[in-house]
Amino acid sequence: MNRPRIVRLPEHIVEIVSDAGEGAQKAAVAFARLCAKTGNGLWTVEIIPSEIRPPPHTIGSASGNRIRLAERSQVTNAGNLADVVLAFNEMALLSRLEAGSLADDVLVLIDDQWATHDVEEYRLSYREVLDKFRTRGATIIEMPLQEETLRHVEDAEQGKNMFAVGLLCALYSKDVNLLKNVIRGIFEKKTREVIETAVKLAGAGYEYGLAHLEERFEIQAVPTDVPKVAMNGNTALALGAVSAGFEMCSMYPITPATSASHELSDIFEDFGGFVHQAEDEIAAIGVALGASYAGKTALTITSGPGMALKAEFQGLAVMTETPLVIVDVQRGGPSTGLPTKIEQADLLHALYGAPGDAPKVVMAPSTIEECYYILSVARKIAEEFRMLVIVLSDANLATGQQLFDRPDVCETQERPPLDLSPVSPGALPYDWDPTTGLSQRLIPGQPGGMGVTTSLNHDVNGKACYDSESNQRGHAMRSRKLAALQRSLHRPSVYGEPEGDLLLVGWGSTRGAIEEAVDMAREEGYAVSSLNIQFLSPLPPGLHEIFAGFEKIITVELNYSDDWEDPLITKENRRYGQLAWILRAATLLDVDCYAKVPGRPYMPVEIVDEIQRILGDQPAVESLGETLRALKGVS
Amino acid sequence: MSSIAELCVIESGAVEAHSLDDYESEKPRWCKGCGDHGVLAALQRMLRTNNLDPEDVVAVSGIGCSSRLPHYLNTYGFHGIHGRALPIATGVRLARPELPVIVIMGDGDCFSIGGNHWLHAIRYNINAVVLVLDNEVYALTKMQASPTTPDGCKTNTTPHGTYLQPMNPLSAVMGMTNVSFVAQTATWLPAHLDETIEKAWEHHGLSFVRILQRCPVFMPKAFGEGGLNFPVVFLEHEDGIPVHPSLLARGAARAHNHRDINEAQRVAVAVDPAPMGLIYQNPDVPAYEEIRWNRKERPDHQTFVQRLDAVMDRYTVS
Ligand SMILES: Cc1ncc(C[n+]2csc(CCOP(=O)(O)OP(=O)(O)O)c2C)c(N)n1
Ligand code: SF4
Ligand SMILES: [Mg+2]
Repeated sequence: MNRPRIVRLPEHIVEIVSDAGEGAQKAAVAFARLCAKTGNGLWTVEIIPSEIRPPPHTIGSASGNRIRLAERSQVTNAGNLADVVLAFNEMALLSRLEAGSLADDVLVLIDDQWATHDVEEYRLSYREVLDKFRTRGATIIEMPLQEETLRHVEDAEQGKNMFAVGLLCALYSKDVNLLKNVIRGIFEKKTREVIETAVKLAGAGYEYGLAHLEERFEIQAVPTDVPKVAMNGNTALALGAVSAGFEMCSMYPITPATSASHELSDIFEDFGGFVHQAEDEIAAIGVALGASYAGKTALTITSGPGMALKAEFQGLAVMTETPLVIVDVQRGGPSTGLPTKIEQADLLHALYGAPGDAPKVVMAPSTIEECYYILSVARKIAEEFRMLVIVLSDANLATGQQLFDRPDVCETQERPPLDLSPVSPGALPYDWDPTTGLSQRLIPGQPGGMGVTTSLNHDVNGKACYDSESNQRGHAMRSRKLAALQRSLHRPSVYGEPEGDLLLVGWGSTRGAIEEAVDMAREEGYAVSSLNIQFLSPLPPGLHEIFAGFEKIITVELNYSDDWEDPLITKENRRYGQLAWILRAATLLDVDCYAKVPGRPYMPVEIVDEIQRILGDQPAVESLGETLRALKGVS
Repeated sequence: MSSIAELCVIESGAVEAHSLDDYESEKPRWCKGCGDHGVLAALQRMLRTNNLDPEDVVAVSGIGCSSRLPHYLNTYGFHGIHGRALPIATGVRLARPELPVIVIMGDGDCFSIGGNHWLHAIRYNINAVVLVLDNEVYALTKMQASPTTPDGCKTNTTPHGTYLQPMNPLSAVMGMTNVSFVAQTATWLPAHLDETIEKAWEHHGLSFVRILQRCPVFMPKAFGEGGLNFPVVFLEHEDGIPVHPSLLARGAARAHNHRDINEAQRVAVAVDPAPMGLIYQNPDVPAYEEIRWNRKERPDHQTFVQRLDAVMDRYTVS
């Protein structure tokens, strides 16, 4: 073969897909680690089937990962259409086309065993799918993935993935010895034989790639001195919970929140904490609340359906002013919905899901790094304000991986020993400061502080009462705390210019894609900026002023809204995205929304498209296709 | 909860003996003749007998007439939401195993809306005294059928009589793994009630006590008009709940070995006459909070940071 061409790129998106159980996930983990170790910035997205073992060789069985890697160390979202896809069979490949994930001119690497397979149906569909891709402009490289793997192991299912990651190592001109070390690390707990087989297969894949790939890529990394970590948002939450000084996580398993408690279960006892797996979500929050009432720092982690079950206990936490943190890792709803996919549709539930007027704090991390730090903020607010704090993460943050600066572990906040000194005479359990609503908490074990904490309306003495005056006052005091907290918040900063034609307002994990879209659109001459709102309750100060700088305000969020063009939809009955509802109510401005439920993160180009739709296409770029070509900027 | 009881007394120096007043809070607001008054008094006597410091005791309840009890007890109390007292109590025990916990629930509270927590609490076997005040009706909401309402009984939701056989909570708990203490008593038998609550306190583990409770307002006919014509049999054992001779006017006494689970299960299934006394006890079942505390450590700050550093290393890539 002639000397291969090496193309240098600023960034690339590669997807690895197999049938569930064939290990594309592991391959992707290894490849992502390899890229991270060489200093590439990255963002990964898990491609997860909803069943554990769906029927093989079907669209529903596709399992794997999308990896966006770049020269720069900061990658903030999953990006646009994929440039490369490595598929173990044609149905897995097809599933990515149907998901709208692949560029027309995508480079396809696919196992060729299906071309000559015994099952006629597979042979036919293999040809059909590849033809379809060719017609669209894809470049296809068929490779004997199965056959080559079988030279080294008896069961190809148990090794194709390692061969595949070796291939990618060659495709992206990475160091194969580094890959081998990564693999040894990943399989640390396996037998030596398993590890060495995996390493051998990766080496074989690499050699095969060097020998057969005519064009290879190189995405150099910008070297940095700052140590970096790569983890997903659930791991970040788990480690963040430890660092924030939590002592108990009480939970009931639910996708996509569970893996946070897996991580915590593994390490928490070494830090003086424990994970309690309760009999249901109601009990989970009840146990956390009981522990917090007794003076310990507790949180509960769940997802939408679990939030619904926790609603009554949320009201109890609010009424008794027991500090408590709930993490809701949002997924697609309503009901069981799309359990493994992203949606941001629990915002209104978080705000208003508990019966009665139940003021509470709602926050949303917008990056995986923020997932690590947010729990210490949440804990501080919960304790200082005696409030319920809900942290809204989502499936995108939960399972995506991002590179960020290694946190300083010295900044931990272990809870100091409980102060059980006698309560000073006259101290009351709800000694509300009339301006702020704040009061001091009494802890069981404190002499002189005896009394009942009740879910009934109560007065400063904590005594149940039924009169209108005390009820009005109790409500006012609990509400006042939100205002007090709002006064202490910073005004959020606008991404881009403070004035312009359009402001995109988002919350949570859509931030990266929105900001990237803003960059792209500004480059094309659009006067567009964006704002990420971290505090959804209370809303941060300054929104009126910020909004005044723009002709038009629109939220970009991953939840349902009616389209103006939909049948029957009018100004009076249109349902808006959830943040848009809140902002419209809070500002009395005609805030519009771009709110959809694709079950995947937004691609920056989709948002650019929306910007063009709103502002018209007077600047240069005309279509999505052109935007894409402009964006890729490589030949 | 004996071991904790001893600890508390020793820690407080056992200098001052508490009086009954120390455990009294506001005046109870239950109806005249309500059996709940008797349970409150019995609890206060138990606290005084064991000289527990009021600030160390946490009484947790759900919602119902019976669940008002913590309001009338001068200890720490948590009057929560309907059916959920046990999770809250579990949280308190997990967080602060040094605090004695008493849980008070009604029959609807525990057996119906809180049923899931109830069965799982038996299995957790947290160290707590768990009292169900069973008046065979939803009283606070004004007379609807509860899981233990007698067959055919007319209530506001069953005006032509209930449709189902009442549930037998004793046989239910006797079927749960890790059951460690089951007793039954009644509010019209004050001496027996006192002894039962004392015994429940002394037990290490979850002491489940079903207290048949008079509700003269909504269920005047229940329990043979408040115990007058209610067939009972007193379970007798040298380590059981003493049967005072005065009780024998209410029913016969019968030897029962509460250490024998098969015998206990047989007794629990029988409802007529109702077994009174200690049905089952196994002091050797470990308490959940102790299992959990034994497995965790509380590192000093330096070790804490070192360990977090080591965890962070696993995710460090460059
Ligand atoms: C979630 C919820 N559902 C229903 C109620 C209404 N409710 C209050 S007390 C009660 C039943 C009380 O019966 P029980 O537990 O037997 O206690 P009792 O009043 O008889 O002591 C009900 C249904 C409630 N407070 N909360
Ligand atoms: S209604 Fe019945 S249970 Fe409730 S306080 Fe009155 S007597 Fe007691
Ligand atoms: Mg009742």
